[in-house]
This record gives sequence, C-alpha cells and structure tokens, in this order.
Amino acid sequence: MGEILLRTEDISIQFGALKAVNKVSISIEENKFTTILGPNGAGKTTFFNLLSGLYKPTEGKVFFRDKDITGQTPQERIKEGIGRSFQLTNVFPKLTVRENVRLAAQSAANVGFRLFKSYKSYAEVNARSDELLEQVLLHDKAPLRASELTHGEQRKLELAMVLALEPEVLLLDEPTAGMSVEEVPVMIDLLRQIKEKGTTIVLIEHKMNMVKALSDKLIIMVNGEFLCEGDPEEVSRNPEVMEAYLGGGVVNVTA
Amino acid sequence: MGNIVTLLFNGISEGCLIFLMASSLSVVLGLMGVVNFAHGTLFLWGGYVYAWIYNWTGNWPLSILAAVTVGFGLGILFEKIFISRVYGNMSAQIMVTLGLQIVFTELCRVFWGAQQITVARPSFLSGVSNFAGITIVHYRLFLIVVGVVVTVGGQLVLTKTRVGMIIRAGVQNSEMVDSLGINIKRYFTIVFAIAAALAGLGGALYSPLNGTLNSNMGAANQLLAFIVVVIGGMGSFIGSALGSLFLGIMVAVIGWVLPDISLVAPVLMMALVLIFKPKGLFGLAVRK
Ligand SMILES: Nc1ncnc2c1ncn2[C@@H]1O[C@H](COP(=O)(O)OP(=O)(O)OP(=O)(O)O)[C@@H](O)[C@H]1O
Ligand SMILES: [Mg+2]
Repeated sequence: MGEILLRTEDISIQFGALKAVNKVSISIEENKFTTILGPNGAGKTTFFNLLSGLYKPTEGKVFFRDKDITGQTPQERIKEGIGRSFQLTNVFPKLTVRENVRLAAQSAANVGFRLFKSYKSYAEVNARSDELLEQVLLHDKAPLRASELTHGEQRKLELAMVLALEPEVLLLDEPTAGMSVEEVPVMIDLLRQIKEKGTTIVLIEHKMNMVKALSDKLIIMVNGEFLCEGDPEEVSRNPEVMEAYLGGGVVNVTA
Repeated sequence: MGNIVTLLFNGISEGCLIFLMASSLSVVLGLMGVVNFAHGTLFLWGGYVYAWIYNWTGNWPLSILAAVTVGFGLGILFEKIFISRVYGNMSAQIMVTLGLQIVFTELCRVFWGAQQITVARPSFLSGVSNFAGITIVHYRLFLIVVGVVVTVGGQLVLTKTRVGMIIRAGVQNSEMVDSLGINIKRYFTIVFAIAAALAGLGGALYSPLNGTLNSNMGAANQLLAFIVVVIGGMGSFIGSALGSLFLGIMVAVIGWVLPDISLVAPVLMMALVLIFKPKGLFGLAVRK
C-alpha cells in the first residue's frame, strides 16, 4: 500500500437540516487514481469543497501527509499541494489563453510582489505556461481570448491552470461535463499522462467508460455518506452499490 | 467653425478631467464591487490641499504632489480601516462610504472653512492662444495631455504588467483569482489607493480651472463620474475614457445649443443609456 497523501476523519458538514457530508473517513493513496462515484446530490462536490478548504467542516478533520490542515484557508492548501478544478468551468473569459495559464503559473512560481514589472520578463513563468499549453494541446490557441474557445477547450485550459499550481494531488470535479463525445477520449489521455508524471488524482465523474479506463480505486458516496470502496471490479459486484444505483433509481450513469 | 472647434476642445478637456475620477471609480467598482460614494470627497481633498499649498508656497509641482499624496494616503486609510470590513456587503458599503463622504466633507470645512477659496493657475499654464479664430486655453490643453497620459499609462499597466493582469482577472472574477492562490485582497488596498490618488489629482487639476473651490464640488463631480461609469460600462477602464469624452463633449454642445437643459443633460443621458444600452454605450460593462 502506498503512502497516504490525503485523509479525512469523520468529516461532516451541515447546511440547515441537511447533512450534505456525514462522517466520511477516507484515505487517498499517493500516485493512485481514485474516483468518487455517487448519485446526484450525494455530496461529492461538497466533499471536495471540504478538502480544498472552501467549506469549513462542522465536525471532523482533514489531513495532508499526516498534517492537520482543517484550519487552513484554500490558498494555504494550494501551497501545501492540493489543486482542484470546479464542476462549472472557471476561466477568465476576457484574458487570453496564455494569460490565463500565466496567472496560475506566476502564482505557483511565487515571483513576489514586484508590482509593475512587465510580466513578459518572467522567462521561466512563460516557458512553464507554454509547456502546459502544449501538454493540454492548446498551444496554437494561446493568443485567443478564453471566451473564444469551445467548451471542451475551456476545460482543458482550466486543467492547465490547475496543473500550473504544481499540485501533488489534483481534485477534478467532472472535468468532462459538457464536453462533446469526441473530446472525452482526449481528456482521458490527458489525465492518464498527468498521472504517469506522478500526480495523484481524485476524480468525480459520472461517465462510466472514463471511470473504468482510469481508476485504480473507487469510492462510493450516497446521501452524504461513505458507502464502500475498492478496485472497480470489486465495487461493481457490491450488492449495496447495485442497490444504490439501480434500486434507488436516482442515477444517470451515462455509459 | 472656430466656435465649434473651441467648443469641442473645451468639451474634451472637461472630459479628461472627469476621466480621472470616473476611471478610478470604475476600476474600484469592477475589481472590488464597491460603489465608492467617498470618491468625490477624495477629489475635494485633492482640490483643497492643492489650493492650500499653492496659495502658501506658489510651488506648483509641490502642490500637485501634495494633493496626490493626500489622496493616496486617505485611500489606504479608507480601505484598510473601513472598506475592507464590508467587502461583499453592498448595503454596508453604501453606509460606510456615504459616512466617510459626510465626515470628510465636514472635516474639509473644519480645516479650510465653508467659504469659497480662490486659487490661480500657475503662470506657465495660464496663457491663451488664438489661431484662425480658435481659442486655445493653455490650461485646457494641459488637461488633455494629462488625460492622454493617464489613459495610455493606465492601459499599459493593465495590459502589460503582472499586477495589471491580476487586476483584469480580478475584475472578471475575484474569487477565482483567490482560488489560484493569489491573495487578491492585497491588491485591493493598492488599487483603491491609486484610485484615490487619481481622484486627488482630479481635484487638484480642477480647482485652478474653476478658479474657486467650495466644499460642494466633490459631490457635484462625483455625480458626473458615476454617470460616466454607467455610460462607459461598469468596470471598464477604456469604457470610462470613451464615456468621459462623450459626456464632456455632449455637455459642452448641449450647453451651447440648449443652455436651458444643460444642467440636467448628464443625468438625462445616463437615463437614456440605462434604458437603451444597459451595458454601457460601448457594450464594455464587466459582468459580475
Ligand atoms: N452551500 C450550500 N448550501 C446549502 N446546501 C448545499 C450547499 N452546497 C451543497 N448543498 C446541498 O448538498 C447536497 C450535496 O450537493 P453536492 O453538490 O455536493 O452533490 P454532488 O454529489 O456533487 O452532486 P452532482 O453529481 O449533481 O454534482 C445537495 O442536496 C445540495 O443541494
Ligand atoms: Mg457535484
């Protein structure tokens, strides 16, 4: 078993009467590809928000490499090495594609607070930005405004921005949501490459072909609670999962 | 013909002056979501500090510098102590900035009295030239130069520097800049202070144009700046440049053609823009 990178201990958050996440304890192993599956409204995105620090838990703790990070802000967690993408596409529409990535890259390079220095002079930041744009196959779109990209391209841009932060663990919330059928395999390839370069990935995804192609481990959440975990084969044979998915009839598992 | 050119020239120079207020108001609104009702007060302080130092020392660069510095300092004070506590809370912002406006306008009266103060233009800027029936007031020409310099300079900073890129990103979505690990709040203070310094500069340049100062001039010019922000598109720097020019020229033209409505013309124009082009005349408003 690999080293545990990210771990939660009985973590919960309550919105009014709703326990959106209820006493979830899970461990994310280093260099593994973990996918969180669950019906709509299961609490997956909320769970990510607890990991990235956007929400404070009502109880429980989050650990990164055995360090308690529950009290840390989202920025502090980025510096620790937790990067995330959002379920809704998050790019700066009026900046160019290159500027979008550069913004993230210079944040990671932490080039200090030299206010009015021309950003073009940060050779390393530029080189890194171009390298990332090549990695996500957007280098020929670099001078366009982000708003001119297709939806799928915007998601790739977003991925490049998170990668620019050089995370040790990457939390991806439905990175193919809204993508066309042809674009999905490209994203699968990209994620595989990222994993091979040594980044630990946690994915929230509904598309089963994608889940099966990539995941080392599945974690199933239902109604804010942890249901079970294991390798994809194991989990798909679990009667409770069948029940949650088929019996409950809540899910749209897009094959 | 000569009249029309002179009219345009005057309109453009007024526009350049309004621009100093409007551009800074617009960027603060776009970046921080703050409608700053204290902006006119910073303009007022710029004007009084300028007149005070100039009437005392006769040193023009020093007076301008003092006005800009006081604007900058008040900007830091306002942002750090008051406005930073109410980000995201629109009604609290209105209360806080209106409160600052009232208090600092009163303080201005306490320091410099409620009566009008007169202040002259520096001699090297006080001449008038005539060519072919066109009257060029040198001070107005100077205002146009300042307007062009600030527009070009501001645009260069916004498009070519690191902080400019962060500000442009922040105007679009400040939470997202935060989520990239860039502490956007740190930039709020500096941007607010620079905006305040520009308002101070506006006041300092306005008072010798007008020749007299009174403690109501802040509110009156703030209204014009708000109108420009609406016309030019909220949050847009270039939009506020275009909007200022448009307003300056329209006010000059209407003042000549229809002097009876010249006082209400700016508000009327704003109302028309809001009805027909709510994203500003040039469609440059930044969606929040
Ligand atoms: N900020 C919030 N305030 C109140 N309720 C919330 C908040 N965020 C999420 N919820 C609720 O928590 C529950 C879980 O939502 P969440 O977005 O985590 O689900 P999900 O598993 O990501 O679903 P999907 O697959 O549709 O993305 C939902 O009932 C949602 O309405
Ligand atoms: Mg979700």
